[in-house]
Amino acid sequence: MATESDFSVSVQQADFDVGAEIGVLSEGRPEVGAVASFVGLMRDINDGSSVSAMTLEHYPGMTERALEEILVQAQHRWSLFGARVIHRFGRLEPADRIVFVGVASGHRGDAFAACEFIMDYLKTRAPFWKHEETTTGARWVDARERDDSAAARWGEASTAGRVDDDGNDELTSDALTWDEIERRR
Amino acid sequence: MNVKVLYFASLREAVGKSAEDLGLPEGVATVGALRAHLAARGDAWQALAEGRNVRAAVNQRMVAADGPVSPGDEVAFFPPVTGG
Repeated sequence: MATESDFSVSVQQADFDVGAEIGVLSEGRPEVGAVASFVGLMRDINDGSSVSAMTLEHYPGMTERALEEILVQAQHRWSLFGARVIHRFGRLEPADRIVFVGVASGHRGDAFAACEFIMDYLKTRAPFWKHEETTTGARWVDARERDDSAAARWGEASTAGRVDDDGNDELTSDALTWDEIERRR
Repeated sequence: MNVKVLYFASLREAVGKSAEDLGLPEGVATVGALRAHLAARGDAWQALAEGRNVRAAVNQRMVAADGPVSPGDEVAFFPPVTGG
């Protein structure tokens, strides 16, 4: 039986130990048959420019809450024994680890799917912003349309309060989704 | 009513502050109305104008433009997120 402590998020400046994090997901849990994990790394090139460093800003409080709610959603969609999300903030350099997602389940199907879902939702819902230092100056990274598409394929609108082409704020199903999560708690 | 307003990332840079306590005039009761109220300050605040790609959260939960704003709420405005 999964408990709340088997599902945890950390938002931190410090690096993390991938092997240790993966190990914890199945430690003392013979019912776990599959652990899927994802590690996001900082690239030294983005949108055609060489990137020497970046600084990740976030919204303390909301960030943790958004990540926790994504894990709640994953638990409702798949049979999971545990999941862990770590996301760093502050200044990072190329090849540094940015994010870790690990998921433990009985079988690989649920573990793979949940891991990808958590990343897709994180990309469009967790309040992080990347500021890059490039050879041509510093810039804020623009959100990508393909991240919205990736999140949308899981069956719900990916972002709330999105401005459509007419310049009007369109109401997506996102607000309802968040309320629904709250009711289930 | 009084609310706390937060700004993040490029929007924080554009408006030149990360937070403010604000007394709202009567009739400003949604996130969309608050956004328009702020954009009306002009100049740098045009970053919040209609048509700009801005997201909002009330009490740390993402909401659409018609999301209600109540006294004491923490309202945040920010560009689309780019983590991961």
